[in-house]
Amino acid sequence: MANEDRPDDLERRRSDLEKALAARRPAKRDGGEGKEQGSVAGVGNALRLSSEFVAGVAVGAALGWFIDRYAGTSPWGLIVFLLLGFGAGVLNVLRSAGLIAEFGTQSPKGDKDLREK
Amino acid sequence: MANDPIHQFQISKWIPIEIGGLDFSFTNASAFMVATVVAAGAFLFLTTSSRGLVPGRLQSISEMSYEFVASMLRDSAGSHGMRFFPFVFSIFMFVLMANLLGLFPYFFTVTSHIIVTFALALLVIGTVVVYGFWKHGFGFLKLFVPQGVPGIVVPLVVLIEIVSFLSRPVSLSVRLFANMLAGHITLKVFAGFVTSMSALGAVGVAGAVLPLIMTVAITGLEFLVAFMQAYVFAVLTCMYLNDAVHPGH
Repeated sequence: MANEDRPDDLERRRSDLEKALAARRPAKRDGGEGKEQGSVAGVGNALRLSSEFVAGVAVGAALGWFIDRYAGTSPWGLIVFLLLGFGAGVLNVLRSAGLIAEFGTQSPKGDKDLREK
Repeated sequence: MANDPIHQFQISKWIPIEIGGLDFSFTNASAFMVATVVAAGAFLFLTTSSRGLVPGRLQSISEMSYEFVASMLRDSAGSHGMRFFPFVFSIFMFVLMANLLGLFPYFFTVTSHIIVTFALALLVIGTVVVYGFWKHGFGFLKLFVPQGVPGIVVPLVVLIEIVSFLSRPVSLSVRLFANMLAGHITLKVFAGFVTSMSALGAVGVAGAVLPLIMTVAITGLEFLVAFMQAYVFAVLTCMYLNDAVHPGH
């Protein structure tokens, strides 16, 4: 008798424990943990996107400066390539944020082809 | 000097070597790069040398890192890109091990110097360009011409795409370098608060508990950043290699 009672008792205690845990779990997750992770991921995203943008502008400016220096077209190379670099920076940010297709794949159809191949 | 947060990044010559007027000295940076390679190689070699069919803890760590990089590369560059697996795995292990070694007190962080990360990024982009031209010839240049763009704006778009492509090694290297540099400076500044506050007597020691807690918390965060940055570097490497394997789709 005692042997048969025990599993029941254990089962009941386990289900009670599960209920108690389930009651506590969502409250905990909504509180500190999720928020913390979100802010860390946010900082990571911010660093990533800003470095993409700054890199675009910096590379554009450097290219323009070198072209000016060797072709003697100062200041037009710097002006034009700084603007192009700005465009490239915006493109980088949109691309790494996933708002625009990757290099070469301009349409959803192209994207599918890429995956298949 | 003890509280100088920049001091940890100074390069000192351990064995001065000069060949033909060029400085080839063996510095602390070189020493830690060697240490990184030795540590990564020794870890992978020793943990897998038992070749257990049921892996132990350490063996499963090395097997997991293998699986991790392999699935990352297969997902982004396809099975065709798997020929780059040794390259991507080496880069991932080097960056990860260098970041983690840098977290030991008094150790030098190799990846907090932009020349190191820039050299790694140039290696990646160089591989992409060389492999792209070798495999596809001038078809590789189709990468810069998106489909479905009106003819008039194509020259402008191509120029922007070229600048965007050239900015990749810059953003790739700056991201890793800036994260490691900023993290280590923050850690050092908070740790410096502990020593300078506790020099003020009993009140200072009581107050120094706060920056001490911060230092412990930031150390934990830095372990996360060390792994995340190695992961991001490897993921972007895979994505760029994908462009070399399949351009112009």
